[in-house]
Amino acid sequence: MKTEALIERLAERADPVAPGTVLRTLALGLGGGAAVSALLMLTWLGPRPDLAAAMTTGAYWVKFFYTLIFAIAALAAVERLGRPGAKSAARAAAMLLPFLAVGVIALWSWSAARPGEHAQMLYGGSYDICPWRIVVVSLPVFAGVFWALRKLAPTGPVLAGAAGGLLAGGAGAFIYAFHCTETGMPFLAIWYTLGIIMVGALGAVLGRFSLRW
Amino acid sequence: MSDAEARLKALMLSALAGDAAAYRALLTALSPHLRAYYARRVGQSADAEDLVQETLIAIHARRATYDTSQPFTPWLHAVARYKLIDHYRRSKIRRTLPLEEADAVFAEEEAEASDAARDVEKLLAALPESRRRLVRHVKIEGLSTAETAKRTGLSESAVKVGVHRALKTLAAMIGREP
Repeated sequence: MKTEALIERLAERADPVAPGTVLRTLALGLGGGAAVSALLMLTWLGPRPDLAAAMTTGAYWVKFFYTLIFAIAALAAVERLGRPGAKSAARAAAMLLPFLAVGVIALWSWSAARPGEHAQMLYGGSYDICPWRIVVVSLPVFAGVFWALRKLAPTGPVLAGAAGGLLAGGAGAFIYAFHCTETGMPFLAIWYTLGIIMVGALGAVLGRFSLRW
Repeated sequence: MSDAEARLKALMLSALAGDAAAYRALLTALSPHLRAYYARRVGQSADAEDLVQETLIAIHARRATYDTSQPFTPWLHAVARYKLIDHYRRSKIRRTLPLEEADAVFAEEEAEASDAARDVEKLLAALPESRRRLVRHVKIEGLSTAETAKRTGLSESAVKVGVHRALKTLAAMIGREP
């Protein structure tokens, strides 16, 4: 086809584009996926039985805000990585901040604890299943985020996929935290983060193949 | 901000609002820029024009990802660059394909050659031992009649006759004249 004819055809399809389409697409994918992930957590694992009592403790809220803020930072990075030519380095680097904050809290609580408490702080009762459960709970969010990313235009598919995976991992960890009864800050800093990073790695691998346009 | 940036961004904003005339003007204005951009990088060829069209289609399909609070040309450049990288990636695959095919051709030839060797051995096995040695020396190893005569202790004429008769037998076995 002649380029002039192509332009003519495209011009016939100049439907208006609503402002905020990118964020709406991301919200739809993230929200839809998170709803399924929450349902999965509730039916498969169930919420922790002591939820009301736990909400009066600091450990509960550190876990709540660590995963929530991480997911928000990842969402901000994904929003930029899905747009050609957008500056994304600062937002990608900002994902480190919640992790560093929890790292500091973990080190502080570690040094303040008696030696006999260290093993419990680090391993709790579920260190060997926690990261894997976070991965599984994250999968529906992951699917939703990738559905949205495929509608955007990521010019770096691996990076965008990794950020999308970290977003799904953060959201999945946030949801998983309503089930998990662990209170150790080192536990949170290591095993939660490991689960989130595994989902991020999955995103990088899948992004390479599935985020081409 | 350059004149081109201001003009193109104004067209893009109108196009996103649904103005078909502005959209047509935008795409028409972009085409020569894209054509020059790709011609510099892949040479003036059908590939360059394909890339222009692919990029126009991508601009259309992904126009919602343009952040209207930002300048337009960096977005455009990133889309064009992505399509160029995508083209390199695909043409690399295309360029290596003929090589892989060539390997496959060699593999087939080798397979055929080994099949042929197996067939010859099968035929030779039907000859008496003395004649088989003569055919092997003269026709397979490529020795001269004199050398073969020396190795087997036969006269040269006996070697010639022996090889001739052996070939005749073989030819009869596969139903062909020697």
